[in-house]
Amino acid sequence: MFSLVIQAGIVVSLLVLGYLFGSFAERRHYKKIREREAKGTGLPVIASRYPPQDQRYHQHLVTGSTVVASDYFKNFLAGLVNIFGGRVTPFESLLDRARREAVLRMKDRARELGAAYVFNIKFDTTRIATGRLAAMEVLAYGTAMVPMDKALGLRSALSDDDVLQPGPVHAV
Amino acid sequence: MLVSNLEFLPGRKVVRHLGLVQGSSVRSKHVGRDIAASFKNFFGGELRGYTELLSDSREEATSRMLEQATSLGANAVLNVRYSTSSIAAGAAEIFVYGTAVELAEDVVTDV
Repeated sequence: MFSLVIQAGIVVSLLVLGYLFGSFAERRHYKKIREREAKGTGLPVIASRYPPQDQRYHQHLVTGSTVVASDYFKNFLAGLVNIFGGRVTPFESLLDRARREAVLRMKDRARELGAAYVFNIKFDTTRIATGRLAAMEVLAYGTAMVPMDKALGLRSALSDDDVLQPGPVHAV
Repeated sequence: MLVSNLEFLPGRKVVRHLGLVQGSSVRSKHVGRDIAASFKNFFGGELRGYTELLSDSREEATSRMLEQATSLGANAVLNVRYSTSSIAAGAAEIFVYGTAVELAEDVVTDV
């Protein structure tokens, strides 16, 4: 009986801690995402395979990625929703955050290159499972279109390796 | 080497198609990282260690693909796609593929 109470106590305190820390982290992350999105409106990301023809551009592959973990409270809620079915909103917001973060990181990289657009954006989402751990990786990648005059100026500054460098990691 | 996930470059001519090039990499994190990550899983947030791991892994896969493209005599890889699958607890495979081509020389060749 006593051990049951202790077990229940552990679960409840994990739920409370998960809720407090998780919702705090989520609010903070959303605030940062909105700020950075508002700042970065000058660089359109376009999901088209056909590059602009108005002038000559140099193309450069850019990527951005993030791995996000769910919290104990979200997992619990998702478990409840699973019983009755329906929208699993706790995970929807988690993936929304991850996707927007990945796009922002990709755009940061494109901005460094002096790109005018990012074309043909693709997403890749994978569950990274380690035991009980439920974490998702979201990758966003696309082709940065750098106007030729800027590309010529950048030519000396860029090397082959630049293609492979991930975007700068920002505090979340 | 020019790497792009578009299928063509306006104003640049593809002289030769050299076929599919690919690169892959499977990596996992040491146990300490996994334990740290499982703690983070109670409270949510970004798992920075895994973000780094996967982007390093992606870099490695891409450089393998580029090696292959270079050995074929390509100067560009077009229509590049990434794919990720988690194959076991704590290990993920990154796969990258694209079409190796030879582009006609131009004002700016490859950056």
